Amino acid sequence: MSTPTGAPAPDPRDFLRLDGLLSDEEQLLRDTVRRFVADRILPEVGTWFDEGRFPSRELAPELGRLGLLGMHLEGYGCAGSSATAYGLACLELEAGDSGARSFVSVQGSLAMFPIWRFGSEEQKAEWLPRMAAGEVIGCFGLTEPDSGSDPGAMRTRAVRDGGDWVLNGTKMWITNGSVADVAVVWARTDDGVHGFIVPTGTRGFEAHDIHKKVSLRASVTSELVLTDVRVPESLRLPEVRSLRGPLSCLNEARFGILFGAAGAARACYEAALDYAGERVQFGVPISSFQLTQRKLVEMMVRVQKATLVALHLGRLKDQGLLAPAQVSFGKMDNVREALWVAREARSVLGANGITLEYPVIRHMNNLESVVTYEGTNEVHTLVLGQALTGIDAFAPG
Amino acid sequence: MNVVVCVKQIPDPADPGALDPTTKTLKRDGKLILDESDSYGVEMALQLVTAAGGGEVTLVSMAPNGEVSGLRTALAMGAAKAILVSDDALAGSDALGTAKVLAKAIERVEGADLILTATESSDGYTGTVPEQVAGLLDLPSVTFAKHIEVDGSTVKVQRQTEAGYDDVECPLPAVVSVTAGVVEPRYPSFKGIMAAKSKPVDTLTVADLGLDASQVGWAGAGQEIVSIEEAPAREAGEVIEDDGTAFEKIVAYLDNLKVL
Repeated sequence: MSTPTGAPAPDPRDFLRLDGLLSDEEQLLRDTVRRFVADRILPEVGTWFDEGRFPSRELAPELGRLGLLGMHLEGYGCAGSSATAYGLACLELEAGDSGARSFVSVQGSLAMFPIWRFGSEEQKAEWLPRMAAGEVIGCFGLTEPDSGSDPGAMRTRAVRDGGDWVLNGTKMWITNGSVADVAVVWARTDDGVHGFIVPTGTRGFEAHDIHKKVSLRASVTSELVLTDVRVPESLRLPEVRSLRGPLSCLNEARFGILFGAAGAARACYEAALDYAGERVQFGVPISSFQLTQRKLVEMMVRVQKATLVALHLGRLKDQGLLAPAQVSFGKMDNVREALWVAREARSVLGANGITLEYPVIRHMNNLESVVTYEGTNEVHTLVLGQALTGIDAFAPG
Repeated sequence: MNVVVCVKQIPDPADPGALDPTTKTLKRDGKLILDESDSYGVEMALQLVTAAGGGEVTLVSMAPNGEVSGLRTALAMGAAKAILVSDDALAGSDALGTAKVLAKAIERVEGADLILTATESSDGYTGTVPEQVAGLLDLPSVTFAKHIEVDGSTVKVQRQTEAGYDDVECPLPAVVSVTAGVVEPRYPSFKGIMAAKSKPVDTLTVADLGLDASQVGWAGAGQEIVSIEEAPAREAGEVIEDDGTAFEKIVAYLDNLKVL
């Protein structure tokens, strides 16, 4: 079919021909992750979600062989891809499930990135190749029970004792916590905030899984309890002594999320588009109804816009021009739009929209976590407000 | 151990294909991808090279245009280099014309120990090219391999049959066609994908191969497609209301199809 101008009719799944913005290499990489997700994630993720588990040990080496773990880092066994390529991988993973994307985000952007960016040569050589291969799983300990959006209020302390450091405190909402071999733990010291590489087998380190979640169920979330955990100075990250360290990691992870959200939204929109074409009521497919068509159109427009924003921010990052406030733009808007799309798609699917036979309710529930983790919608709004006005509105008074 | 794999780039089967009413052949003007049935040969070749402890995999392909995206997929999986014969004159080639081109291209690969192909392409389905290539190169041909092992200068093949498989041996070099689904093709790794763009793809014309344009394409084709027709629309299935004897009707239906 072609239009009167001779241009080909738009593809409902790529309405603005955004594929044309990707190089052949990026398309191959994207297609590879999409195929992996179709083969390895989608057939089982409904069951994982239902049972509240994620087969981390099984999948980590497979993700490692693909090159997904720490893929945008250079050297030490990492693939060294562009930021845009990393984003596209996150988009495809999250079109499968936010849990799969979270696993990869945490491993690459939160556990490997600080070692790569702030670690010593010895630390990088020891940890990064095994983490890139998926042999060693990492987690990231910043958030605490009473310190979420305000990481400066953290209570976890590290005290120097001879050649060692002794860590005490509790970390909360830690993705991969109980399956991790190593935790990058941030702690207050007499000399600023420091990061420590803590092997999870160290005496005094405990991880307890958080149960009764109804979101991100195909993902391991834990509490870390550190009681007189003793690590040598050689496991302290030498190149950082402030909150700038962990915040820069979060900035990396948020970059992946703003792509991932576009993927979750796409999955919901496509599920709704397919369903609306097949579901017959009053003798016609429900896609015949004007109200349904409006929903499909609004979803499609939001998915395309989110993807465009993501790609644009990816290109900026690859040019070294991406500011943290611009990442906030993408994280804030793409996740809220994805949540809107998920809820709208769920209404198109009617009762079927609430079962795990379809992906929609799973994405919808997952996005309820994604909208608050790695900076809540409110925090990102204030980051943008500060960027616009020059006035910091975080702490009233 | 150097293995040549013949691969075909085809229109994405996920997109609705179309026949050109003038040429009566498949339209190939869009993006082409690696034929999935060739991915098994590529995987088998990579495994054989690894098992041998050295050597490389070379791809050989032909296309009426300069499309290389399907080749890049196989290069990203781990093949070392590719020869692409790309020439307007190739449009309309029949199976024998294709085999002539591939055989000439394979002759340019130095030290080829083994040539692998799929049993048939997923768009043309003639299934005759592997044997024609072997005939033109005067090499032994083994078809429908489900397992391949190289032992010195001999290749041992488990050749799939309706009843099971035959053990077949022949001297190298040889042409072996690989049955789809017998190995799990690897995903291209990201390092492989990034490395693929700098791997050599030698693009040749028909003249470069020493062939005359009259031997290939429409000019050289020994077959003519006389007419094409739309596939008949699928008819509605038979609905059996179960009145307690439905199973008998189903059994009778299947018996009639001779599938029981």
